[in-house]
Amino acid sequence: MSTVAEKRGFLAVLWDYLTTVDHKKIAILYLVSGGFFFLVGGIEAMLIRIQLAVPDNDFVSAGLYNELLTMHGTTMIFLAAMPLLFAFMNAVVPLQIGARDVAFPFLNSLGFWLFFFGGIFLNLSWFLGGAPDAGWTSYASLSIASDGHGIDFYVLGLQISGAGTLIAGINFLVTIINMRAPGMTYMRMPLFTWSTFVASALILFAFPPLTVGLFLMLFERMFGANFFNVAMGGNTIIWEHLFWIFGHPEVYILILPAFGIFSDIISTFSKKRLFGYAAMVFATVLIGFLGFMVWAHHMFTTGLGPTANAIFAVATMAIAVPTGVKIFNWLLTMWGGSIRFTTPMLYAVAFIPSFVAGGVTGVMLASAPADYQYHDSYFVVAHFHYVIIGGVVLGLLAGTHFYWPKMFGTMLNETLGKITFWLFLIGFHGTFFIQHFLGLMGMPRRIWKYLPNQGLDLFNMISTIGAFFMAVAVIVLIANVIITQVKNVRVGNDPWGDGRTLEWAISSPPPYYNFKQLPLVRGLDPLWIEKMEGRTEMTPAEPLGDIHMPNNSFIPFVMSLGLFIAAFGAMYQVDWRASDGAEYVWSIPVLIIGMLITIGSMAVRSMKDDHGYHIHKEDLMDDHDKGGRE
Amino acid sequence: MAHESTSANPKVNYEYRRRKARDEMRGQVTSFAMMIFMTFIAFIIVIADFDKFYAFPVLLVLAAAQVVLQLYYFMHMSHKGHGTAALFLYSGALIAFVTILTFLTIVWW
Repeated sequence: MSTVAEKRGFLAVLWDYLTTVDHKKIAILYLVSGGFFFLVGGIEAMLIRIQLAVPDNDFVSAGLYNELLTMHGTTMIFLAAMPLLFAFMNAVVPLQIGARDVAFPFLNSLGFWLFFFGGIFLNLSWFLGGAPDAGWTSYASLSIASDGHGIDFYVLGLQISGAGTLIAGINFLVTIINMRAPGMTYMRMPLFTWSTFVASALILFAFPPLTVGLFLMLFERMFGANFFNVAMGGNTIIWEHLFWIFGHPEVYILILPAFGIFSDIISTFSKKRLFGYAAMVFATVLIGFLGFMVWAHHMFTTGLGPTANAIFAVATMAIAVPTGVKIFNWLLTMWGGSIRFTTPMLYAVAFIPSFVAGGVTGVMLASAPADYQYHDSYFVVAHFHYVIIGGVVLGLLAGTHFYWPKMFGTMLNETLGKITFWLFLIGFHGTFFIQHFLGLMGMPRRIWKYLPNQGLDLFNMISTIGAFFMAVAVIVLIANVIITQVKNVRVGNDPWGDGRTLEWAISSPPPYYNFKQLPLVRGLDPLWIEKMEGRTEMTPAEPLGDIHMPNNSFIPFVMSLGLFIAAFGAMYQVDWRASDGAEYVWSIPVLIIGMLITIGSMAVRSMKDDHGYHIHKEDLMDDHDKGGRE
Repeated sequence: MAHESTSANPKVNYEYRRRKARDEMRGQVTSFAMMIFMTFIAFIIVIADFDKFYAFPVLLVLAAAQVVLQLYYFMHMSHKGHGTAALFLYSGALIAFVTILTFLTIVWW
């Protein structure tokens, strides 16, 4: 091969990724680490299902089971689903709006490293005396009573990774508002960009309540405050409200980008403009707004009173309306279209009935009187897995297949992709459909074991078998990724052949400066418009000129590492105070050193002028990437 | 529309810019006077020891009015191109209001 001269050593590549501020490389970082945490959360799920496969099982102990179910939920939501969505947002959104990068490349890198170190910190709890064990909601009275450092790992880990998520959300808001290419008006943005925009707005408003809640919990557990301690005049309900004011918008933060991915896939493979584009945009924004008005439906049985319950029940049911609008628009996009059943399209088609099933049980749960029956039963478990797996995970898997060529320049094998799809779909419905009935028969959630001959044995076994189908599907997907990358067959700009939006007008993967000349957008689905007029590439909106680029930086990594170190100090100073011994005397110095590292690197960032560099016009003219024309 | 040129050159459309600046100055002075007056009323209400159920709502309304004047006249939100900022500001205020309302009503002590 003639590429030998271009091969770089492993360390050089590693250094490149540690310091990168390029949105396409940060996307790969998010994909790899989100994928890693997805596997960790998946293994935890498998252990849960093995424990519940047969009655009165002793596979794991009761304490370990609590840790497993807590870490499964926390990992999947915060460390797998959101980072994987950020992977696609980073890879695709700047290309879809014709931007050179996100608005703040440095902050983009900082957001990733904060998430990464927070996630590592949280998972180190497994090796340092036990993981958190109060459920992913970590309700105050239970979590305050929890022994050991599990909950401290939860609070500090989520605080660090939450800061990263907030930074990423703000970055996308600014990018989408300010950096759209000439002609890319709001109402010409692809649906994935729109849903990223709304999800980022939700992050902006939803994460501060979580931060406040986590801080209260942190002071409660580490410095003896009594915000939630009823015996000392506190109120345990405050945590529930703060958590769900964040927690409900969080599920829309997850599902809206998945809706966006599906909207783009369905219109691409139906070869049609998205039906009811304006209605889709309006529905997305409306879901975002309503998402903030419904959090108390998680707390119907807390004792809010009939008036509050009724208000939140009606508000919750109202969300079904814009969601229904979206469902019908997807169906009508496919109606009369020239449909190609590629792997992403299969996921999109399977998503519609799966998600509708989750939506229907959602409306059932929203009726407050009935919720008293469903509450804390497996019916709820079935409902949210139908929404999260049937919506978000199917969206992530579809996005993986759909955007893989754009991110890596290779095409995942379609046959293996379809095998993954069928195994996963069968496994998913096999695992969770039957859990509706387990719940209605009275099986409570979060239990460690159940007695035999109570009518729960068979259904639990079926559910576990379903889970193994999903595990095999994920293994096939990983094999597919490895085979594809080893073969390394490069593809062109538009490997699916029917690309409609700007990201398919640029090479796969795009050059590090993205578009050589910013493209001129002349309507919705800009690339499709050019194709219909017989052109193969976008019309440039500007003459070829110098491109200003940001420099790589190692500072985000160091800044996040400092907080990671400080978190250990903050956590173990509790033992130092409690044991009046020399054993944990290092904790306060470690806290101070960690904070100094973070503050010092912030100071370096503030003092040092970093103006970036320019790629000169002459160099761009030599470069024969398909980024634009002269 | 030549008179609405956004050129950075202060000599372009000098007369128009002059009139615009004068109007804006008048608005700022007026709102400044109003804000002083409202602060004066607020102090009177407290010093005169009015009934709590009268004083609290009036003070809150006066505070809200001052925030609006501050945003629109001194922080230039009345100018063009602030639509997105206004949308996000009001969304945030709405969410904060609902949260506070909840904590005052259904979080029992």
